Amino acid sequence: MKFTTRKELEEYTALLRERENPKRILVCMGTGCLAKGAEAVYEKFVEVLGAKSLSASVVFEKEEKSSFPLCPTGCMGICETGPRVRIEPQGIQYLRVRPDDVEEIVERTVEKGEVVYRLVQQEATNGQVRYWPLMRDDPFYRKQIRLVLRNCGSINPENLDEYLARDGYLALAKVLTEMTPDDVIGEIMKSGLRGRGGGGFPTGRKWQLARMVRANQKYVVCNGDEGDPGAFMNRCLMEGDPHSVIEGLAIAGYAIGASEGYIYVRAEYPLAVKRLRKAIQDAYAAGLLGENIFGSGFSFNVHIKEGAGAFVCGEETALIASIEGKRGMPNPRPPYPAQKGLWGKPTVINNVETLANVPIIILKGAEWFRSFGTTTSPGTKTFALTGKVKNTGLVEVPMGITLRELIFEVGGGIQGDKRFKAVQIGGPSGGCLPEAYLDLPVDYDSLCGAGAIMGSGGLVVLDEDTCIVEVARFFMSFTQSESCGKCVPCREGTKHMLSILQKIVDGRATLEDLELLEETALVVKDASLCGLGKTAPNPVLTTLRYFRDEYIDHVVHKVCPARVCQAMREFWIDPDKCRTCGKCARVCPVACISGRPKVPYVIDQTKCIKCGSCFEACPFDAIVVRWRRKDNE
Amino acid sequence: MEKPEQGVALSRSFEKVNAILEKHGYNPSNLIGILQEIQEEYRYLPEEILTYVATALRVSPAYVYGVATFYAQFSLKPKGKHIIRVCDGTACHVKGSEKVLKAIREYLGLRDGEQTTGDLLFTVETVACIGACALAPVIAVDNRVYGPMDEEKVRHVLEALERGDEVS
Repeated sequence: MKFTTRKELEEYTALLRERENPKRILVCMGTGCLAKGAEAVYEKFVEVLGAKSLSASVVFEKEEKSSFPLCPTGCMGICETGPRVRIEPQGIQYLRVRPDDVEEIVERTVEKGEVVYRLVQQEATNGQVRYWPLMRDDPFYRKQIRLVLRNCGSINPENLDEYLARDGYLALAKVLTEMTPDDVIGEIMKSGLRGRGGGGFPTGRKWQLARMVRANQKYVVCNGDEGDPGAFMNRCLMEGDPHSVIEGLAIAGYAIGASEGYIYVRAEYPLAVKRLRKAIQDAYAAGLLGENIFGSGFSFNVHIKEGAGAFVCGEETALIASIEGKRGMPNPRPPYPAQKGLWGKPTVINNVETLANVPIIILKGAEWFRSFGTTTSPGTKTFALTGKVKNTGLVEVPMGITLRELIFEVGGGIQGDKRFKAVQIGGPSGGCLPEAYLDLPVDYDSLCGAGAIMGSGGLVVLDEDTCIVEVARFFMSFTQSESCGKCVPCREGTKHMLSILQKIVDGRATLEDLELLEETALVVKDASLCGLGKTAPNPVLTTLRYFRDEYIDHVVHKVCPARVCQAMREFWIDPDKCRTCGKCARVCPVACISGRPKVPYVIDQTKCIKCGSCFEACPFDAIVVRWRRKDNE
Repeated sequence: MEKPEQGVALSRSFEKVNAILEKHGYNPSNLIGILQEIQEEYRYLPEEILTYVATALRVSPAYVYGVATFYAQFSLKPKGKHIIRVCDGTACHVKGSEKVLKAIREYLGLRDGEQTTGDLLFTVETVACIGACALAPVIAVDNRVYGPMDEEKVRHVLEALERGDEVS
């Protein structure tokens, strides 16, 4: 089917809707569930349905007798409980499905509509077990509003018809046939949509800046270089609903007057690349991309560029350099990419999630969009909820929700009911917020005020067993190795900060080091060339602000309250258990263990480097490890 | 166990390279894509091929070398048949990815600084984030993700790989 007019598309959409089979077996085939064996589950469904001579593949033929369309979908959300299966129209959801469960699911749920309770999400409170068989009742979904993820986990991402049946490409059709580029920009401005990549710059303004520049060629770029460790929302979106990103990109192209679009995807996401390629190919075949779309005179081509593993390429100017085939190093701004970007032409770069918001804003209007979220940050935000939280996975919540709701209601609280310690937002550019900030509303401005940033949406929950100083060191080692080396403050500063943090973790630091760390952090923040360096000190600065005591414990008392930093341990020899064999003394690399036959051996605490060799060598378990405590405890 | 193919990377024939260059229209802006495909073919970027690519694209060898060393994905040393990528993203880190890495390296008998086993069967790398944080800690072997891992499970995966089995 190739569409040459808007009318043809609308007629086809109506036809698809009429024919769509409400019965469906949805099997999550996102990266998470695939890793848990979703493919085998899917194949088993094909086999079982086939054996019962039930048709497994007719999505758009309601009349077909005994047809149960089997649909591989993108991410459904709670990846940890994968592989996940959902049976429509009831919305019965099963978790940790094994191939052996498939027959029972088909016989009982698909054919008779019964629930198989042993595969259902359950929650035990006060000895009472509650079951959440239906998606709409599940506490994980209850507070979520899925606008961007509207199709993610509900459609087959590799089937264009399924996207079309859900108003796919109607926004593009509307834009091309009844709106001027200025109308489009006006609508996006009115909606208050802000860049979902982290900075929160108003999308409409960005488009307007690029529209105002006169040039014979302009470009739009979709930034899918989701490099933050701990974030995977964009991956899920590109894997689960690739067409929504492509449609958003085409609308952006029309708005600024660009006929070429690029999607830059990081190399670590092979499945996203595969599905995007398929989607682009299908869209071309259907006349939704290419020359003269819907006879409007607007032509638009989309290319995929694969990254090659460099965090800094998420920065706009570095990303441009990388598309041009160069080393991904940033350039000073101005000129901004909107004025002079890819190959010196005006370029708009938008995040994956920002673009996926565009089609629904166009279809449902700015007013509708503003009914979600807060006044300054309208709409929703997707988060990758991970770390020590019960429900880890992909979530989408309205802006302005509190961290407490997000972590304890959607996330279900802390694993093993341990104590919440901090939440890390925004990855290596963001910050760690303590318990006192749990009631902070999640929006761009509130987070900024607290020293963190929205970032692309990585949200890592830390519990009492996590050492804050070690987390800060971890982020610094990440940014230090990812620093591209172009500007001095970032290249040298991150290196020094890392070495100080390492000293603290190793128990060799003094209070002067702490001061130097803070001073260096501020210089790196002020003086670096690009966003990577400017935000790299954030994890250090926020932890120093909110968890200074823990730094002091490490520096002054040489104590790690979370019992993580190995240097804060002490090794002792239990004189009652020691058989004076001398094995420990022979393996000790610093020769700090002394003794002689029939006299228990002793470790010289001042020389011990806590390597643990003696502990491993002792055949009598005579060596005890103790975590240092503060003197007054 | 299958013998690693010796000498593939040292093949002096540039036919495959030419085909890759042809496909990308000899366009220097496709350099990253070109290098990715070359690496796919040879499992690393042999130095003489980098020089050849530079000449063919009419850019300096230093430019190509600069790009090849900037991005973490590229390797100038031969890589193993199976590439094990251990995720050390935030979520994996706080859930103990270091122990997993240590277990893998111990199992394969890699010495400090070594990434590839002597028989060119395995290469072990750490990556910042695979994007499967909900299954942390995860590893990816040749683009297949396994998680959540611990010292025990990772040994099973490696044993199965050595036997050449599919791991579930």
